Amino acid sequence: MLRMEAVTKIYDGRGRTVAGLRSVTLDISKGDFLCVVGPSGCGKSTLLLILGGMLSPTEGRVLLDGQSLYALSPDKRANLRREKIGFLFQTFNLVPYLSALENVQIPLVLAGLNGPCQKERAAALLQQVGLGDRLDHKPSELSVGQQQRVALARMLANNPEIILADEPTGNLDPDTSEQIVALLEEINKEGRTVVMVTHDPRFAVRAKRTVRLRTGSVVPEENKSPAPSKHCCPH
Amino acid sequence: MHLRTIVWRELFERKNQLATSFLAILVGIAAIVSIKNVTFYSEKAVAKELDALGANILILPKSASLQGYYSADLQDEEFPEEYVTRLSSSDLQGLDNLSPKLSIPTEIEGKRFTLTGILPKSEFQAKAAWQGAGIFSRPQGCGTVVVDTTCNPPPVQETLVRRRIIETLGSTEALVGADVAIALGLKEGQTIKLLGKPFNIIAILPQTGTIDDSRIFVHLHTLQELTGKGSVLNAIEIVGCCNQISKGLVQKINKLLPDAKVVTITQVVDTQIKTNRMMSRLSLIFVAIIVLVGGASIANYMYANVFERRREIGTLMALGAGTSFILRMFLLKALLLGLAGGLGGYALGTVLAVTLGPRLAGIPVLPMWSLLAWGSGLSLAIALAASYFPARRAAHLDPSAVLQEV
Repeated sequence: MLRMEAVTKIYDGRGRTVAGLRSVTLDISKGDFLCVVGPSGCGKSTLLLILGGMLSPTEGRVLLDGQSLYALSPDKRANLRREKIGFLFQTFNLVPYLSALENVQIPLVLAGLNGPCQKERAAALLQQVGLGDRLDHKPSELSVGQQQRVALARMLANNPEIILADEPTGNLDPDTSEQIVALLEEINKEGRTVVMVTHDPRFAVRAKRTVRLRTGSVVPEENKSPAPSKHCCPH
Repeated sequence: MHLRTIVWRELFERKNQLATSFLAILVGIAAIVSIKNVTFYSEKAVAKELDALGANILILPKSASLQGYYSADLQDEEFPEEYVTRLSSSDLQGLDNLSPKLSIPTEIEGKRFTLTGILPKSEFQAKAAWQGAGIFSRPQGCGTVVVDTTCNPPPVQETLVRRRIIETLGSTEALVGADVAIALGLKEGQTIKLLGKPFNIIAILPQTGTIDDSRIFVHLHTLQELTGKGSVLNAIEIVGCCNQISKGLVQKINKLLPDAKVVTITQVVDTQIKTNRMMSRLSLIFVAIIVLVGGASIANYMYANVFERRREIGTLMALGAGTSFILRMFLLKALLLGLAGGLGGYALGTVLAVTLGPRLAGIPVLPMWSLLAWGSGLSLAIALAASYFPARRAAHLDPSAVLQEV
């Protein structure tokens, strides 16, 4: 479904070049739950942004359903993201002046859905993440855990096939982090592909596969044996 | 939810910055609209005055200043009425008509008007000396230099005062200007008390759009008597034959009346036209200032807005927003800002023109709808042009860079 072929990303700045990724090749099949781990600055976020069509690689290709992402124009990539990819950020990135309901409506506005349909779908998604009673609350009126759940509902609004989550539990307390990862597992069980960047080894083991990055290169993939955790998804 | 909902909500998120930009464009458009409005009515009034004008030479007190045609006869200084006799009994050729006037400011029911004393035609005819000079006996209109008044004579009512063809005006009769009648609720046949004496209103003059609308006309000698000033005048308007004017009529009158100031109406009107031209240039300067200041203020606001919202823009792009969506989001905001500035500026400018116009320019000013389109169009153009580059920058932001910022 999603394939990276010898992708290298070099950042140029202040007269220096830094390698974000070095010749990374990766295959992510439909329904996979891939966890990307590694120390800070190893290229995890770069990998996620390249997979999401947001950052063009210096070398190599990224294929989504056989289509080379970076052969498309930026606007066509935006269309593809709208239709197939959902992003989840560590800092939630909710629009501060819009209510929870309106934040979830954004992808539906971009998709051209009419007002009543937008509201109905957004409300149902917020209900699904346990925020049915917080529809009209602005992000500043919600706890961080609630904000991340709004972001999760927003990510799901256009029913994406691929979820790209960049340290979604990085700013959350352990209980809320657990809820978010559980929700991601549930989403994965529905057949969606999830790629999650995390620092937390407790959540890394809950993925089907783990990719470890070190200084922009992939350390050989570990095939996991079933973990003892009840949340672990069997292969 | 629509794009406009997002724009509308965001518009009030940063109120202080918004207010500064809005005020810059509002004040600029208001200034332009008010100047244009006053200038338009001022030019119109000059044109009307010229159109209805019979006189082309003015005799004023020596110290008179020529601030404008409208106030030419509103001088503090006076000169003796005997000047009329001197003129009419002279052998000067080319004097078609003489109209002596005395004007004083007066207050009725707390409102300020001008009380003007004039002489009806019958008075001239009654004076043998004046008849001797041939006044009223010559064909009218040969002397009008500025406008040819013989081609399309205006309706009798309009020329009632300006052309001095009032046949009779009794010592207790008054003619009331249209604005005075409206302001005081006066009608023909009513009585009005002026300087302690009751006057019978014999006619309400039609609206002329000139200062005559705020005048009350009474018999010259009655006014002289009531003011206790004696036989004095503020001005004598003369219809002179143009060929005689070119042969030095003004200089001859000057010689005859060395203690008076003799000016042709062209000189007076020139002053007014110069003032109007200055107003037009002033409005052009204002247009330049508003384009620079308003445009810079909006551009600055928009650049700051794009910078502050870069993370939001990156998120929208991650969610699938294309360049056109981001571009439209900022341009729609500029459009709303420009529209609000234009409409508000028009409203404020019109209120200023209508209230201050009569005081500053001495002419009635009415709202002009054409300036609504003009003001809004200019405001929109400035707002959109100033926002285009910030909007373009937003639309071409690198989402990966802004999302990776901590």
